[in-house]
Amino acid sequence: MEWYKRTNKGLEPSEKKELPDGLWIKCEDCGEILYKKELDRNAKVCLKCGHHFRMSAEEYIRLLADDGRFDEFNAELRSTDPLKFKDSKKYSDRLKEAMERTGLNEAVRTGCCSVNGMPVVLAVMDFSFIGGSMGSVVGEKICRAVDRALQTSSPLIIISASGGARMQEAALSLMQMAKTAARLALLSDAGIPYISLLTDPTTGGTTASFSMLGDLNLAEPGALIGFAGPRVIKQTIGQDLPEGFQRAEFLLQHGFLDAIVPRTELKKQLSQMLHFFINRKRKD
Amino acid sequence: MNQYVLDFEKPIRELEARIAELREHSKPADAFTAKEIKKLEAQVVRLRAQIYAKLTRWQRVQLARHPNRPYTLDYIERMIADFIELHGDRFFGDDPAIVAGIGRLEQQPVVVIGHQKARETKEKLRRNFGMPHPEGYRKALRLMKLAARFKRPVICLIDTPGAYPGIGAEERGQAEAIARNLFEMAHLPTPIIVAVIGEGASGGALGIGVGDRILMMENTWYSVITPEGCAAILYRDAANAPQAAEAMRVTPDDLLKMGIIDKIIKEPPGGAHAHPDAAAQLLKQALLQELASLRRISATQLVKQRIEKFNRMGVYLE
Ligand SMILES: [Zn+2]
Repeated sequence: MEWYKRTNKGLEPSEKKELPDGLWIKCEDCGEILYKKELDRNAKVCLKCGHHFRMSAEEYIRLLADDGRFDEFNAELRSTDPLKFKDSKKYSDRLKEAMERTGLNEAVRTGCCSVNGMPVVLAVMDFSFIGGSMGSVVGEKICRAVDRALQTSSPLIIISASGGARMQEAALSLMQMAKTAARLALLSDAGIPYISLLTDPTTGGTTASFSMLGDLNLAEPGALIGFAGPRVIKQTIGQDLPEGFQRAEFLLQHGFLDAIVPRTELKKQLSQMLHFFINRKRKD
Repeated sequence: MNQYVLDFEKPIRELEARIAELREHSKPADAFTAKEIKKLEAQVVRLRAQIYAKLTRWQRVQLARHPNRPYTLDYIERMIADFIELHGDRFFGDDPAIVAGIGRLEQQPVVVIGHQKARETKEKLRRNFGMPHPEGYRKALRLMKLAARFKRPVICLIDTPGAYPGIGAEERGQAEAIARNLFEMAHLPTPIIVAVIGEGASGGALGIGVGDRILMMENTWYSVITPEGCAAILYRDAANAPQAAEAMRVTPDDLLKMGIIDKIIKEPPGGAHAHPDAAAQLLKQALLQELASLRRISATQLVKQRIEKFNRMGVYLE
């Protein structure tokens, strides 16, 4: 295990709304032109309208982990294309391309860190890796993160950003839903807390498994959260969807979230929640 | 039942029609016709074996969807004595797309839960084509917990094109309902046997699909999404469903190789849709066999093994 501190390399914008000189970026919601450095300092939350830009796993880790220290484990796990799946592209090529583009091996990063002095196991999904989809590796890494929480009696935090199960692994990806849920049942039986944070977007098999199983289910403002994707629903029912449908506020209203937490408040609130569960002297 | 015939079944049906015709026209039967009929019958057996030995994955999907195939209630009627259907999730309503109830499998009291499809238009709509809403999954869970409290085994029959993608379903937490079932089923302290009897699509199937034994009948399929859904997303056109079925490897043989299911239940020659009674007997025998082997294991051990079983699923490189 290696403790390390990530160098503060330039943050990549989540959308292609970047203006030519790279210093300014247009808010995809209110249209305000924002100074990129200032946006980054504000946890990528628009200073004018509060819109939450998507963040990478790396950015969430830096936001939450004390001093940015993250003891990552199982980072070397990789998908093997067990079904030799091919659509317009081979799955193996898709994987290779995603790895090269993102610098990640898979759609989730897992490790240990401290949040305001409280040791936790943290798993963060990254939507830029094949839409954050869950295949065998994501399922296995989540389960191993649960095991680490069990072994160290540390709270588990999972940050989701995912289009759902990874179709290129077919039934194997479907079973990751049951696999992760089953592992979380063990954690729950052992009395170890699990906080789930759902970010934009979290849909399909991810929502319908570990993301919705937190002792606390939190979401970021405006995040799209659902089982079926809005396009599929629209096609099925043949009518337009109501305003705000499947957004975090909609889920809160219908009783499926404990709280919506703005990203600028995330570390503070998580730390308060963790102190409810675990007796430990506060360091913040 | 209607006369729904799949393309690849046609040569068999034609032979069968000829046999019926010969029988009709030779009353009383003469020796020559009797010999001819015998010859044709032997031909039917050979032809059927030939065709069924080489089914493509897409053909298997078509068989799984055959409207004459027995549905959950058809199996219950044939396998379960003294069945009483129980309704409602105690929160919102009763979902007719999932049936659940109590009865006996031979001497053993059991809870039986299954997706329910239908054959007539009005009934199809009432059953929502076997696509459950959250209240269906919550009803299922309520009765599973009842089973656990009274130490009764649970039998789940899977036959769905998926959980329903609609506004009400999302408002009432389709994702939460399915996730909750996966979580609760994982550590339910009583035996759970799951059998795919038709279609097994996505979380909608898995929502009642976590168990100690997972069986598939021979002419069924199970995957993360329907071949049409996969084709629409990855191949840009639902018409490429046959190709998607191949790529996703959706048949019982495939899932056995992937280490996901435990056993394939043979169907009568010609499939369950041709011989529902015989199919129900075969399913019943398989369930009894699994039940007998599970009965010897303590509830604690059962839960431990079940969680381990799912923990082994998946293929990756370290
Ligand atoms: Zn804005």
